[in-house]
Amino acid sequence: MNEFHAELSPIVFLDLSLLTMLVLVAFAMLRSRHLFAVVMLSGIFSLLSASFFVSLDAVDVAFTEAAVGAGISTVLMLGGMLLTARREKPVVPGRAPVALAVTLLTGAALVYATIDMPAFGDPEAPANKYVGQAYVDETPSDIAVPNIVTAVLASYRGFDTLGETMVIFTAGIAVILLLGAGSVRGGREISDLDDQGEEKS
Amino acid sequence: MDHAILKVTTKILFAPIILFALYVQFHGDYGPGGGFQAGVIFAVAFILHAFCFGLEATKKALPQKALIIAMVIGLLFYAGTGVATMLLGANLLGYDAIDPESTHHAGQHYGILLVEWGVGVTVASTMLTIFYHFTGRERDIDQEDW
Repeated sequence: MNEFHAELSPIVFLDLSLLTMLVLVAFAMLRSRHLFAVVMLSGIFSLLSASFFVSLDAVDVAFTEAAVGAGISTVLMLGGMLLTARREKPVVPGRAPVALAVTLLTGAALVYATIDMPAFGDPEAPANKYVGQAYVDETPSDIAVPNIVTAVLASYRGFDTLGETMVIFTAGIAVILLLGAGSVRGGREISDLDDQGEEKS
Repeated sequence: MDHAILKVTTKILFAPIILFALYVQFHGDYGPGGGFQAGVIFAVAFILHAFCFGLEATKKALPQKALIIAMVIGLLFYAGTGVATMLLGANLLGYDAIDPESTHHAGQHYGILLVEWGVGVTVASTMLTIFYHFTGRERDIDQEDW
């Protein structure tokens, strides 16, 4: 079995710069106490990861990340932010040696684990063989749909997707129950203004 | 404050966004996309409307009650496709039973389209429901509040 070596192509540098920007945005989110800025930065984070997925040729994932992560999540977090304060309370910087030790240990273990991982783009990697290869081979004859991702999502694993749809449905029901919409048959709508008479500032 | 430019832009963009959502919905077999993405894009059009014209105007155009019904219909549409294939004699979600005579798996195409439609309807209405409930709790935001 011959060893696979990933080439150092311009795409790798593009990936590296995107990953660097992701880390920088993450640190900026940690530093900022202004919640509006944090929400906007999280939108930028999602958009950056979407472009990273595009460079990995995972356009379906990138599309979802851009639409859900950068679009809807940002809007929902803005809505959630309006229900609370605009600024995060300042944290008193303290020393937590146990937390530091746990973080360093976990980080070291993860870095150690990457040494055993197959090289980036290795055709012999487990992710590119077995069932993944089977889907690529059999989709044209089984499903006859050009987009293999759709074939896996809606046909091979249609039952999984049914479960995912149920998860989204359940999330919607939970929000309706928690945030009080009244019943479909015309129950009373509940709002925060009712209890306190005046708006809170 | 009246944002004439934003309102005009939203009015121009609204229909193309819906059209793009439908393109993503029905083109999932051939290119990237599918029910999840299409549902989100569909919801985004109405969220844009709510940002520019106020939540009350959007709720008049697309009431919350209709959204709850759409959530249920989408999920039942998906599950119903599965049950229909069972009634036709195949496994749950075995789409080939829809068109068993076909030589190029037309049943799979129909099945995927039906199922993705259910996903799209559920996702769009659920996203809008969550948005309605999160933003509906606070009065409209003042300009200075940002």
